[in-house]
Amino acid sequence: MAILTIQSLNLQIENKVLCRNLSVQIGENQRWGLLGKNGAGKTTLLHALIGQRHASQGSIKLDGKSISDLKQRELASKVGILFQQGIEALPATVFETVMLGRHPHTQSLLWDDHKDIEIAESALAAFDLDKLKERPVDTLSGGELQRLALAMLLAQTPQLFLLDEPNNHLDVAFQVKLLSILTNKVTETSASLIMATHDINLAFRFCENIILLLAGGESLVGRSVDVLTEENLSQAYGCPIKSVSSGDHRLFYPA
Amino acid sequence: MIAQKQILLLISLTGFSVASIVFSLLSGSVNITATELAQSIFASESSLNSQVLQEIRAPRTMAAFVTGGLLALSGAIMQVLLRNPLADPYILGISGGAAVGALSAILVGATGFWLSNAAFAGALFSIFLVFGIANKFSNWSVTRLLLTGVVVSAGWGAVINILLTTSSTNNVQSMLFWLMGDLSQSSVNPAHYLLLFVGLVGGIAVSRSLNVLIRGELLAVSLGVNVQSLRLLLFFSASVFTATAVTIAGSVGFVGLIIPHMLRLVGARDHRILIPSCVLLGGSFLVLADSLARTLIAPQQLPVGVVTAVIGVPAFILILRSTIRK
Repeated sequence: MAILTIQSLNLQIENKVLCRNLSVQIGENQRWGLLGKNGAGKTTLLHALIGQRHASQGSIKLDGKSISDLKQRELASKVGILFQQGIEALPATVFETVMLGRHPHTQSLLWDDHKDIEIAESALAAFDLDKLKERPVDTLSGGELQRLALAMLLAQTPQLFLLDEPNNHLDVAFQVKLLSILTNKVTETSASLIMATHDINLAFRFCENIILLLAGGESLVGRSVDVLTEENLSQAYGCPIKSVSSGDHRLFYPA
Repeated sequence: MIAQKQILLLISLTGFSVASIVFSLLSGSVNITATELAQSIFASESSLNSQVLQEIRAPRTMAAFVTGGLLALSGAIMQVLLRNPLADPYILGISGGAAVGALSAILVGATGFWLSNAAFAGALFSIFLVFGIANKFSNWSVTRLLLTGVVVSAGWGAVINILLTTSSTNNVQSMLFWLMGDLSQSSVNPAHYLLLFVGLVGGIAVSRSLNVLIRGELLAVSLGVNVQSLRLLLFFSASVFTATAVTIAGSVGFVGLIIPHMLRLVGARDHRILIPSCVLLGGSFLVLADSLARTLIAPQQLPVGVVTAVIGVPAFILILRSTIRK
């Protein structure tokens, strides 16, 4: 069953058309990569999916309901996003911060539910932050902050994960770990995810499906093996891109 | 998470509030003992001392508590709304509007009821002026609101200076007292208590959303907070709290800025704790400051706003230093 249905979506900022007639259906347990060069509209598209950009045409439906008909809180309980700029380092503890991820689900006005605390704690543990629980956020490193932002997203337990360049500030080991944590989560909860990234190789390895944004608002949507070709990528990025293949793997590099 | 430590903070602040009120009731030029205080509360005897308590000290003490509570509450809300640590209840020009109203009233010789109403009217006018200029419903940006407020504030400042420089010496004295914040003419009515109570309960009710909003607008939206309507609510409630506080006591400085910061520094960052703590500490701080204002150089009185700064500045610096060392 489709979690997210985007139908003939048009998005524009000022006079620049970023998306024209984009239609995508995202089902359970799917991982989508969102690629395109700087300014192609990756972030704008993700923001549209949380209702922060109004489409000039077309519709975005979540579980069959248009997102503009959903209450903000209802939408937030189903769709979670990791912002490109991560989270700000304000004076608060790591645990206080990760608990914010439970905000769309909290029932009690004053008290924290045991279930919420458990979910938040296991989200911290997933990103190896459990030992930093009481640390003030403004003493964390860039990578730790990014992991905290990801833990907060995990704590939000959305059906649809939106990730805007999740690998920012992460070392290679954590990049790989992040992807396996997210894959497990998506499988475990029959969720799905859309990841905007500049790393074509990672997208190919990790996402079965791709939305490739081209210049002028055109886009290519389909399976990674079909969309991620030398020709398409060269067109999308406006620079020649080559690839080498070995078995099922494909490695892309600028020629 | 609400830890035991924070519950303890609330309990001790409650104790501190009661102690400050008792201290205020006991201090003054007429010597009243604790026994007499208890007698006047629990027995209906009408001695001179109980008259002093019931008709002079109690109303003034409660006026100080309500004003301080409203100011600290308003300051905490403004700091979330504007996401600026320098924000205080007066930053959007509300006190400026109130001051122009009050000073004009003093100029034409009005006192008491009319003075208060003129101040309140000035404050309301300023709120709608700022809102009207800053508001584009589709794009209600915080920077725009802040800039509008600061500019309107500056405008009021100029008008205040005109009023001060063109008034007679007699009037200038009372104008200055009003501007620095003064509780000698103050009294509270049930509506003021009700407003503080509603502010407290309402503030606690939205405190989870405040915890999220202070982290940034976009994040708050993504976590399900209806930012547009929450901001409108915060703007108007903080404005009404400020307008009421300046109507009671003039523009008492400092309470609204530093009480929320002090509390955050000692660990009350969660608004579920911060909001009630602000009401308690803001209230008791102003009660203490006012007791000193009327006793330090008795029989003369100081404007309470001077005392809040004199105790507040060193206290704040001490807390700031001790938390940096950790």
